[in-house]
Amino acid sequence: MKWCKAIIFSCALFASNAIAAGSGDVVLKQKDWSFNGPFGTLDKAAMQRGFQAYREICASCHSLNYIAFRNLSDLGYNDDEIKAFAAEYDVEDGPNDEGEMFIRPGIAADRFPSPYPNDAAARAGNNGAYPPDLSLITKARAKGPDYLYSLLTSYKDAPEDKDVPDGMYYNAAYPGYLIAMPQPIYGEDVTYADGAPTDVSAIASDLVYFLTWTAEPSLEKRKRTGVKVMIFLLIMVGMSYGAMKFIWADVKKA
Amino acid sequence: MSADKFSNPVVRWIDHRLPIFTFMDHELNEYPTPKNLNYFWNFGSLAGISLVIMIVTGIVLAMSYTPHVDYAFQSVERIMRDVNHGWLLRYIHMNGASFFFIVVFIHIFRGLYYGSYKAPRELLWILGVLILLLMMATAFMGYVLPWGQMSFWGATVITNLFSAIPLVGDSIVTLLWGGFSVDNPTLNRFFALHYLMPFLIVGVVILHLVALHRFGSNNPIGIDPSGPQDTVPFHPYYTIKDFFGLSIFLTLFAAAIFFFPNFMGHPDNYIPANPMQTPAHIVPEWYFLPFYAILRAVPDKLGGVVAMFGAIAVLFILPWLDRSPIRSGNFRPIFRIFFWVFVVDCIALGYLGGMPAEGIYVVLSRVATAWYFLHFLAILPLLSVIETPRPLPQSLSKSVLGGNAMAGVASAVKEKVR
Amino acid sequence: MAKIQTLKQGDGSPNKGRRDFIVVASYAMAGIGLASVAWPLIDQMNPAADTLALASIEVDISKIEMGQSITVKWRGKPVFIRHRTETEITSAQSVQLSDLKDPQTDDERVTNPQFLVMLGVCTHLGCVPLGQKSGDVKGEYDGWFCPCHGSHYDSSGRIRKGPAPLNLEIPPYQFASDAVIKIG
Repeated sequence: MKWCKAIIFSCALFASNAIAAGSGDVVLKQKDWSFNGPFGTLDKAAMQRGFQAYREICASCHSLNYIAFRNLSDLGYNDDEIKAFAAEYDVEDGPNDEGEMFIRPGIAADRFPSPYPNDAAARAGNNGAYPPDLSLITKARAKGPDYLYSLLTSYKDAPEDKDVPDGMYYNAAYPGYLIAMPQPIYGEDVTYADGAPTDVSAIASDLVYFLTWTAEPSLEKRKRTGVKVMIFLLIMVGMSYGAMKFIWADVKKA
Repeated sequence: MSADKFSNPVVRWIDHRLPIFTFMDHELNEYPTPKNLNYFWNFGSLAGISLVIMIVTGIVLAMSYTPHVDYAFQSVERIMRDVNHGWLLRYIHMNGASFFFIVVFIHIFRGLYYGSYKAPRELLWILGVLILLLMMATAFMGYVLPWGQMSFWGATVITNLFSAIPLVGDSIVTLLWGGFSVDNPTLNRFFALHYLMPFLIVGVVILHLVALHRFGSNNPIGIDPSGPQDTVPFHPYYTIKDFFGLSIFLTLFAAAIFFFPNFMGHPDNYIPANPMQTPAHIVPEWYFLPFYAILRAVPDKLGGVVAMFGAIAVLFILPWLDRSPIRSGNFRPIFRIFFWVFVVDCIALGYLGGMPAEGIYVVLSRVATAWYFLHFLAILPLLSVIETPRPLPQSLSKSVLGGNAMAGVASAVKEKVR
Repeated sequence: MAKIQTLKQGDGSPNKGRRDFIVVASYAMAGIGLASVAWPLIDQMNPAADTLALASIEVDISKIEMGQSITVKWRGKPVFIRHRTETEITSAQSVQLSDLKDPQTDDERVTNPQFLVMLGVCTHLGCVPLGQKSGDVKGEYDGWFCPCHGSHYDSSGRIRKGPAPLNLEIPPYQFASDAVIKIG
């Protein structure tokens, strides 16, 4: 009977989703990201700003489990800067010779420590809503970069007829419009060293760059390799076609 | 078959004791192949190459993968991030599954249109359907391994299908799970089986090839070659043609791997499995959607499961449902129409499988499901009796040379041979 | 064999040269393609980025008292770091090279004579020698003793007696500061 439940449940969810899609018109804002397309690249300056915004705005609730400090070299930081970032964090290590766990400053090989000791604590600290890990967020949502950007920039006052319960917030880009995360960015939340703009959409965009990189650090390499492989294969298509024509030329005459 | 056909003395020495060179020469060089095969005949070798690609990348991925609920997701991300070229290997394997199914589906529809399942190739066809079944099982278990949300809930829903079996259903599901829900024992055994089954597929593929080489390839005209003038040696004619087809296949495959690697996946599978929360959309991989649509079209639990497995089972008996002696759809004007209706029906089922099971979609799913079975169980047997086929050409060469009464066929064939 | 047949068939054709070229070139392309795909398949077995990230470690040695040793794990193996006493240093430096099985002066084995850093893996068959803790058997030369097959190492970690052929290996390391050494 579990099976029935699972099917009914999924159908109900399909239905609710379809209704949301039908009546809701959650239209994502589409941006022309530099990483789009076969020749796309990641913008290092934007990623560094996004990293700063993540640390100052998001990191108090959202973990970044799959990223190690050493990975930050992709953003253009050198070894000393990375060491300094890592040392700002406390990492639990051990057990030591006395059998105790101990806290030490982070090193480049460590992954970003999670703000909560476990999922249950994360849930408890946020009114029961689990703040998801952000490492893969742009891959774990359909049209991830646009979704994230829209979500961060679509906090609005709820329309008259929409009832917003306590602990929920109105967001025009979230399926169902009610999201448990309070508006994280109001503008001028951070001060960038390079003097880049800090309005809501600029910070949101920087975060998208950073989190697109965290979701797939190999993105640039993938696209660069892809272009080379495609050129090779297209030449192979041409040559094998020519070879085939030559070999089959006899048969035509037969 | 004497060893002196080889000039190299080492080859001769080996071949005298272990006739692998004679075997290869016989199966490739001498193997007569109809000279009018069109590009749809490329998909057999493409399927074989896809299988090799999947096995090779799968073995190397297994070197870094950990089949444990606490580490599986993490180990896949480690492959994507830290293992040398891991992202490439994983994307090849992930998209390779989809491309393998695309190739195999085209291969099957080619067989359906050109009557490749008809005597004397019934066993060849049945072995092929068996390969499809094994592939589906392998693909399903492979999708569970990354232990994302879709992995977990896909595994839950599909294993629960077996609970529909009367009396022993629940016991079977418990047996499959090794527990009372999809959990670590399930993941562990799925990994073991996912590693094993491709080698079973290789075994059946070898039988498939043995059966193929017994009577040779069918061809677009569907009549047997009448002599050497109708055939060419497989090598170099079809090796080079297969190579050309492979180049095109690899180009499309590479485009997917490097530029749209997640297009055929589902975003929810980048969320670690959570047994407490079902994702909003649960859909199987696209290649299961037609079968999923059939499953949902029947409003009864057992009925749905029977219909879904029946959709494949009916393929096993296809050689005895379509009794028409004419193989190629080119010479069966009515069959041809129904074939394309059937293709549309399958695509429609695929579309409906991805849509919510409500309203008009339910009705359409039922119509499409009914048509699927009607096609095999009523239309094909009926057509074999009532249809008047168009006249067949005297021989493959004659049709290849064209210019006679067979104008329609000749034009169809011309493009293939040129 | 097959190729010979192909070429024969083309004999009459005026395009024979071009034809042979393109056929051979196509197969060559396939070969190049296969070879370049083979590399990722092999290279994936090399240490991954997270493994390499731990290939060099930094150790704080300021808290090691004179006459004490610590063991740290580096690349999956124990590294012995000993803060040597004056006696140990003197005895290590005064040994005649002719007395040694694997002749090496103490100077060649240390950057700073006070600290001896070496891999705690016996060069005989890979056991971990004793001598790190104060109560351990230190062997006949007051250094380290491998209990597996009885190799004695002196206070510079050099082999003095027993089956081991070489001195304990010195890993690549440098002093990042007076208090911190970087191994690897």
